[in-house]
Order: sequence, then C-alpha cells, then structure tokens
Amino acid sequence: MARFVPLPQAVAENLNNGDSVAFEGFTHLIPTAAAHEAIRQGFRDLTLIRMTPDVVYDQMIGMGLARKLVFSYAGNPGVGLLRRLRDAVENGFPHKLEIEEHSHAAMANAYEAGAAGLPCAIFRGYRGAELARVNPNIKFIECPFTGESLATVPALRPDVVFIHAQKADRKGNVLVEGIVGIQKEAVLAAKRAVVTVEEVVDDFSDLHPNLTILPHWTVTDIAVVPGGAHPSYTHGYYARDNAEYLKWDKIAADRDLFRDWMQKNVLDATPEDFAGRVEKLRDAG
Amino acid sequence: MSKPEFTPNEMMTIAASRALKNNDVCFVGIGAPSAACNIARLTHAPDITLIYESGTIGTAPDVLPLSIGDGELCDTALTTVPVPEMFRYWLQGGRITIGFLGAAQIDKYGNINTTVIGDYDSPKTRLPGGGGAPEIATSSQEVYITLAQSKRGMVEKIDFYTSFGHGDGGDHRQKLGIDTKGPTLLITDLAIWKPDPVTKEFTVVSLHPGVTRDQVQETCGWTVTFADGVEETPPPTELELATLRDLKARTEAAHKGA
Repeated sequence: MARFVPLPQAVAENLNNGDSVAFEGFTHLIPTAAAHEAIRQGFRDLTLIRMTPDVVYDQMIGMGLARKLVFSYAGNPGVGLLRRLRDAVENGFPHKLEIEEHSHAAMANAYEAGAAGLPCAIFRGYRGAELARVNPNIKFIECPFTGESLATVPALRPDVVFIHAQKADRKGNVLVEGIVGIQKEAVLAAKRAVVTVEEVVDDFSDLHPNLTILPHWTVTDIAVVPGGAHPSYTHGYYARDNAEYLKWDKIAADRDLFRDWMQKNVLDATPEDFAGRVEKLRDAG
Repeated sequence: MSKPEFTPNEMMTIAASRALKNNDVCFVGIGAPSAACNIARLTHAPDITLIYESGTIGTAPDVLPLSIGDGELCDTALTTVPVPEMFRYWLQGGRITIGFLGAAQIDKYGNINTTVIGDYDSPKTRLPGGGGAPEIATSSQEVYITLAQSKRGMVEKIDFYTSFGHGDGGDHRQKLGIDTKGPTLLITDLAIWKPDPVTKEFTVVSLHPGVTRDQVQETCGWTVTFADGVEETPPPTELELATLRDLKARTEAAHKGA
C-alpha cells in the first residue's frame, strides 16, 4: 500500500548506503528531483543502474555517490558525452568507478526478467559484439529446441527504484503515459519503488482502459513534486528543456564549475524549486 | 537555371535520404541518420515508418529531436510501446527493414565503435557506448551507416567492436550464425560506398559532385577501393535542399528553448 510522504522522507526511508538503485526514465520522466534529494542526503557506495544514465547520473557520479554503474548508453542525449562520468572512468575522479556495460536490448530484457521473477533474460543479442568479452555477466546458451546460440544476462533486481510519473489517484495508483520507457518493468523488478508525481487526482475512473497503471500495492512511497522531471519532461505537463542539456556540456566540463553549479542548484535547493524551473515550459508540454 | 550551392554535409544527408524507400520500416539512430530519415519522409517517402528506440512507431516529427525520446516523437507517432517491447517484438522479431546508424569509428567492413577510444579498461576517451546499436546491427534486415569522413572516424582497425558489421569480411556474419545482411550502404559527406559482394569491404561506388578520389583517400584511414565505373551522385534538388534547410532552421529554433 503506497504512502504519500514528502520527498526527503521517501528518499531517507527507502535508500541506503551500498544499495543497488535505479532512477529510471528513458529520456522522458527522468526522476531528477529524487536524484537531487539523494545527492543532498549524501549517500555513498551506490550501485547506480540505468539504461540511459544522463545528466542526473553525471551529477551523482561527480558528487561521489556511486561505486558502480550498470548501464547501456551513457551520454548527454543529442549533445555528447558525460564529462563527470568520463572523469571518473578515465581519471578516477572523484574516485574510481566500476562499470558493468550492456546493450539496451540486454538491459530491457534484464528488467523484464526481474519483473517476471526469472533469474535471467534470454534474447538474440550481442552477436559479434565485444561487450561479451569485457562483461562476465554476458553469457551464451544453446536453445534446447533449435540449438541456436542465444545471449543471456542476469535479471535486474534493484533494491530500490525511483521513477517520476504524471499522476497518482488518492489511493496511490500511478499513471505513466507518453514514452513509457522501462519504468513499469523497473518498478515490478525492484524490492521497493518510490514514485514522484506531478499531481494527485481523486480517481482514475474516466481514463482509457489500457493505460500504463501501477496499482498502489506495487508502489512503496509517493511524493508529489511538480516539475520533478526537469530538465527532462512530463508528457502533458511541460516540455523537455533542451537548452539545459546543451548548457550541461559546459558546466560538467570543469570540476570547479560543476561543484559551484551543484552547490547552487542542488545542495542549496529544495524539491519545491522544481515547479518554478518548468514554468516557462508548460505551454509547450 | 543555376545549380543550387550546397555543403558536403547537406549532400550527405540528402544522399542518405534517397536510399530509403516509401515502404521501409526504419530504426533511426540519433544525429545524422535522424535528419536523413526525416528528409526522406518529407520528400519522396511520405509513408516510411520511422521508429526510434524510445518506443515511438511511425513518428513524424516537425522538428528533429535532440534526443531519441523527445515528446515530439511520441506526439506524432502512430503508437508508442514500452522499451522492452521495442527491442523484443519489433527489432528482434525481424520487423525492421533498415537499421540506420551513425558511428564514432568504423572500419572498412562496417564494424562500428561507439564505446571507447583506446583500451576498454583504461580508455583514452570513454564514449557513450552501444545503446541499441549492437542488436540493431544484427537484427535489422540490413544496415545503413552515415558519417562525415575523417581519419579519426574511418580507421584500419577500430578500438572496440561495439556493433558487428562484416567482421573480418567475407562470410564472417554467416559463420557467427547471423542471417541478416548487415551493412549494405555507407553514405559519407564525400561518397556513397557499398560492400564488395565477396570480400564485403566497403567500396566507393559514387562520388558526390566535385569530389575527387584523392579527397576521399585523404580523409580515410584505410586504402580506399573504388568500384569499376564510379558514378557521380546527382546533386541535391532545390526541393531536397529547401526541405533540409527548413527542417534544420525549425530544429535550431526549437532547441534554443522556450
């Protein structure tokens, strides 16, 4: 049964040092507010999981929260590379970062296997791909019926998953729409799930019957954080702040500039600040 | 009538767009492939199905997306499916006719590196990684690649085999049990390349207008093979150029932000 709690409480009571945690979102609905709260609370030794670690993971890695990163595409989408991640991988700054690298197909299948309660995912992948050489969690098995060689990776079962969604009803059922990404699978694969939402409505009785809904009993905690996906977007609420993604490239390129930006915009900020950040983007959403 | 002026990059995008057919189902990589696929849709292939890995099927964006998951893609799509479904049913299921990829580094057999420059464990440059590409490269019925030529980008030996092309050439794909065609077309800012039927080495089949063989060789890290009877790529038409420039202008204005 989902509880409605303030974001600082949801993060404090669901995340622990050393946890494996996914702040999922596939370009859309990235749970930035939750990630910033984790940064403010100063967690350490996290195994960060995400198909597309982008700006928020660059921030978490740069602030030293991560021991390990499990991922399939680590870039600032459409802009370039993640410079804090690069500094960690190439120079060990602020400390060494272990990486477990997959393809999107593998990660998507691994979340799905986690949600399905299976120990591993099986798919036709990694043929001729060198990741199979450097990642011991990529193996091949023979189909017992056809003899075809198929790739297999362990199921993903994060300790906790954070996602952002459009809305919850008063019971704590959650609606995700638009580019739904991998969030449903991630929530169902995780031991605990925290959802930030734009708003709470009385009920979902007038919605289309096939929308992506997470029943309240699949969610641990819900925090209402309008704008909580900025600079990504929430379909139907506000548009993606592409200009912020472009700016990030310069901020992250310099250690001091990065630290100053984080102090001002994350450490000295609150979840309530997100609403103002998306105000100018609401017409376009 | 005077011929329109155009840049090598414009020629690349337009040449790439021409390779796509109206009935193609195209899995679109971000960047250069995205521009080419949308020019095809806006000119000769209005019914082409464009698919982005964020799950949008049959999308028709008014501006080019900055990322593979911009809201514009979902708003204009026929339907949007979850990411696991995208990779399992639509890509792995064999529904994609063309996987259209960009590349940081390629070799003459169309193998692609988007993972690291240097050694994997202590890289000189950590690149974003494969994303959807390792499976796009092997599960799409065929693969088109587009990139601007440079000695850094087109190398004798890539540092990491992110996405498998023709491996060491010849029947390497079949030996690995890969039954799709792999890279069948490479479009650069200078030329159009196709794999040799036997060796699978990319061979120049058409030079863009005004481009010399020396220019192609000077910007390529392997010794270039030219096909018998190299053709000249038809220059962009006024319609193609106007469509591309309008799209770029709309895109630039949109990305500068609200």
